[in-house]
Amino acid sequence: MSDTTSSETVTRPVSSPGPTGDPLLRVEGLVKHFPIRQGIVFKRTVGQVQAVDGVSFDLHEGETLGLVGESGSGKSTVARTLLRLHEPTAGRALFEGRNLFEMSASEMRRARRDIQIIFQDPYASLDPRMTVRDIITESWEIHRDVVPRNQRADRAKVLLERVGLNPDHINRYPHQFSGGQRQRIGVARALALEPRIIVADEPVSALDVSVQAQVINLLEEIQDDFGLSYLFIAHDLSVVRHISDRVAVMYLGRIVEIGTEDEIYEHPVHPYTQALLSATPLTDPVKARHRPDRILLEGDLPSPSHPPSGCRFRTRCFRAQAECSATDPELIDREGHGHPSACLFPEVRTAWGETSAS
Amino acid sequence: MAESTTSSDAILIDVPDPGGPLLAVENLEVEFRTDRGVVKAVNGATWSVNAHETVAILGESGSGKSVSAQAIMGIIESPPGFVTNGRVLYRGEDMLAMPRQQRRAIRGAKIAMIFQDALSSLNPVFTVGFQLSEMFKVHEGMGRSDARTRSIDLLEQVGIPSPEKRFESYPHEFSGGMRQRAMIAMSIALNPEVLIADEPSTALDVTVQAQIMELLANLQREYGMALVLITHDLGVVAEVADRVNVMYAGRIVEHGTCLEVFTRPAHPYSVGLMESIPRADMKGRRLTPIIGSPPDLANLPSGCAFHPRCRFRHSNCFDTVPPVVDVPGDGRYAACHYTDEVREAEVRV
Amino acid sequence: MTDSQKTDINNTTATESGFPRVPLETDAAAAEEVTGPESGLWRDAWRQLIRNPAFIVGGLLILGYAFMALFPQVIAPQGTGRALCDTGAGAQPPSREFIFGLDEKGCPYYPRVIYGVRPSLIIGPSVAVFSLTIALIFGTIAGYYGKFTDTVIARITDVFLALPTILAALVFITAFRNASPDDPTVSWPLRFLSGVFEVFDDFTGVRGIGLVVFILTLLGWTTMLRLARSSALSTKNADYVEAARALGASDFRIMTRHILPNSLAPVLVYATITVGVAIVAEATLSFLGVGLKVPAVSWGLQLSVAQGRLQNDPHLMFFPGIFLAGLVFSFILIGDAVRDALDPKLR
Repeated sequence: MSDTTSSETVTRPVSSPGPTGDPLLRVEGLVKHFPIRQGIVFKRTVGQVQAVDGVSFDLHEGETLGLVGESGSGKSTVARTLLRLHEPTAGRALFEGRNLFEMSASEMRRARRDIQIIFQDPYASLDPRMTVRDIITESWEIHRDVVPRNQRADRAKVLLERVGLNPDHINRYPHQFSGGQRQRIGVARALALEPRIIVADEPVSALDVSVQAQVINLLEEIQDDFGLSYLFIAHDLSVVRHISDRVAVMYLGRIVEIGTEDEIYEHPVHPYTQALLSATPLTDPVKARHRPDRILLEGDLPSPSHPPSGCRFRTRCFRAQAECSATDPELIDREGHGHPSACLFPEVRTAWGETSAS
Repeated sequence: MAESTTSSDAILIDVPDPGGPLLAVENLEVEFRTDRGVVKAVNGATWSVNAHETVAILGESGSGKSVSAQAIMGIIESPPGFVTNGRVLYRGEDMLAMPRQQRRAIRGAKIAMIFQDALSSLNPVFTVGFQLSEMFKVHEGMGRSDARTRSIDLLEQVGIPSPEKRFESYPHEFSGGMRQRAMIAMSIALNPEVLIADEPSTALDVTVQAQIMELLANLQREYGMALVLITHDLGVVAEVADRVNVMYAGRIVEHGTCLEVFTRPAHPYSVGLMESIPRADMKGRRLTPIIGSPPDLANLPSGCAFHPRCRFRHSNCFDTVPPVVDVPGDGRYAACHYTDEVREAEVRV
Repeated sequence: MTDSQKTDINNTTATESGFPRVPLETDAAAAEEVTGPESGLWRDAWRQLIRNPAFIVGGLLILGYAFMALFPQVIAPQGTGRALCDTGAGAQPPSREFIFGLDEKGCPYYPRVIYGVRPSLIIGPSVAVFSLTIALIFGTIAGYYGKFTDTVIARITDVFLALPTILAALVFITAFRNASPDDPTVSWPLRFLSGVFEVFDDFTGVRGIGLVVFILTLLGWTTMLRLARSSALSTKNADYVEAARALGASDFRIMTRHILPNSLAPVLVYATITVGVAIVAEATLSFLGVGLKVPAVSWGLQLSVAQGRLQNDPHLMFFPGIFLAGLVFSFILIGDAVRDALDPKLR
């Protein structure tokens, strides 16, 4: 295989043959390190957890970008940093050309109307002391010009109905709803400001299988109705494939491969993507028993405070070579696979047999 | 290793007819008597497992899948939990009717269980090695150094690197996957005939999950264990199970071989599950979810517990509990009034 | 097997084919019933409370005490006037004429004990409310902002927590006692505070009560603040707080709408206990001679007098003592009941 690390490919961080035109959101070189502090009264910083270390991607209008990775990959940190729930260590996030990370408090407050978030745990994300009405209308109390005071209750009911809840339940408390219903409330809250981007942080992982599909369908419906763009974060590769147009795979604070849903799932080139897909159980018992040999990764995720030199995946990689510890691979398309990957030795390997098997 | 376990407790166990299932649960009913009423967790569950076989109990939260396993292991806290009906047959003998001593000899030694949460199942104040070797000392009367050697062997067997060093480690020093391996080591230490795995890989990342499932499959092959896999994950079931029991509201609503249940489900709930899961291996069509939520076990719907969510329902489903009926296929049965209709329906799988 | 079973199925289907299909309402979750009536944590807690015998008993007792404090003239119409006293008689044990006996000055003891409830019932709740306010405000701020703000507030709390309550109270009260609001040689903050105390005294009609409430509050807020702070700490990272922040909520809104309501419960429970503690502390201070001033009628003062006469006139100790114990007991009962009602884990 090739030993070139430099390439004539433009080093613009991410370019995949997705939608063209200016992206709605462009994230460039996002870094978030959390200091590790010790001491009781006088704390000193003894290290940095490199939760996110140089992540770049584009999100286009009306598109769903899936962000997959296992725990410790930094995918949730990306979400929270984008919304400035954490302050970024470095990087830019250009929303319609304006950098979210340099906005003043009041500019940011205005920008929050356009970017909202849905959380994983429908039990933790709703204030137990608030009624559904309070939860939904809170956004309009913060942004008073969106909905006039006397119309708020009616609008809240309309929203509830839109997310598939009975508007008569507007005065109930969250604990009276089932998990799926609560997640719908969370969706309604995110929709209240009519945002353009919704960051969905594992929105269905905490739900029962039979309820997951309800919420996935709801998210797809409202995407069409409201013209939303999603940054959809999940560890479940099946869910991500179902909902995403493009997918980015994260490992230890970096994106290792990004491409269209088809490129990532049918023609993965990064060994980590391949391992992930190979480990994902298939729900088709015939296919599940006739798949190519499983890639079983060795060892555990390295500590994000002391990531390996060179390629971060090399310590567990089945294709690792000496060069991998010396060179930190850029996220580029090396072999003309059509989509970028951060591997010096990219190679297509599918995780299951023929696509049209069953 | 296999020879060494024919020791003290072998006397207690009659050698039964070889044909019957190793472990069977019959009409099991378990309820929890709480302040807010009687929670009917298991309502007449029947399933069985043979040697060398992997049987899955597939269900969502609150389906009673874990409670039935806990009833087998006798680890239901009572009160509030009570086994109100049914039998748990180990080699044809009802464990619930056995003298306590005999029951205890079977549990742990012949039937072992691993849990979803390995951290809380291991004692944090003792080293993993100590906890392992205690089992050999107590159950097999081994000396200290023998027990240590056996423990290290076992740790190696479940794929824990540098087992001599890990023998001295405490549970919190293990990663999630390693902890699960350690717990698997403890559960197979006494060479059980039945291993009940309750969501063994749910809390783990997908790559680690694959390792654990692979390990379980290898161990099963090696020791000829019967494996009962309790899970909500259809993918895990499709990958490893020979037979599957679909559980809903405390009942087994459908049973059959993995292939048949997944490709031609006979119960509306199984249909709903198949239609509501997205697939990793193809860009799917729109999902068809099951409406509503799993039932409140303290307040089960009348008739068929699934009728409020069922798109095949007829008027009698509202008041008549469906009997278990045989369904064409390999030992298949389902608890539905309209299995034929369900099987004829076009199901997206 | 299949044959018999097959026919069996066929039979069932045949007999049951008469049942009509009942289509599902496809409007997913809207059809799903929401369990239980409209309610909230506070309403649930209240429902739980009024079913708790401890709360009923404690509540009724406190209502009784409150009635005593508000309308003492109804229960003891004779009042506490000097005219009733038989100065020569001295202390007398209970008799048919004077059911609580006479005190050391020969005054009827019954009305004095009845009138003595008022200071206790003012001091207890006042101290609790003032301490609660301080604790919630600063505890929430400390927990929410963390870092330097937290360090400063936490250290100040530690200092106050380290003060031995009664000794500190003695010192403070003695210092303030000498500060008259009209004395120009006294520094202005002391004069100002003394002025405030006088207003409070006049308002309640009990001399010296302002100072006592002030001192007990000063020494009473620390534990509650720690509770409020730790609740705020655990709440501030909750997803619903993050969600509010993502909506653009200000710190003030997050603290008042999300953090305070969620940290109120544990602090409130402790506040009910503080009521009893403050009542006992007032009695102790008055007993030690630094609490309320003599024209005031209070159980602490009565107990203070009674201490030297325990051997000869035990009734002087008994009556205020039993009333005081009853009042403190009622507040403890209520505190327990509130804790049970607000702690979902005990449900």
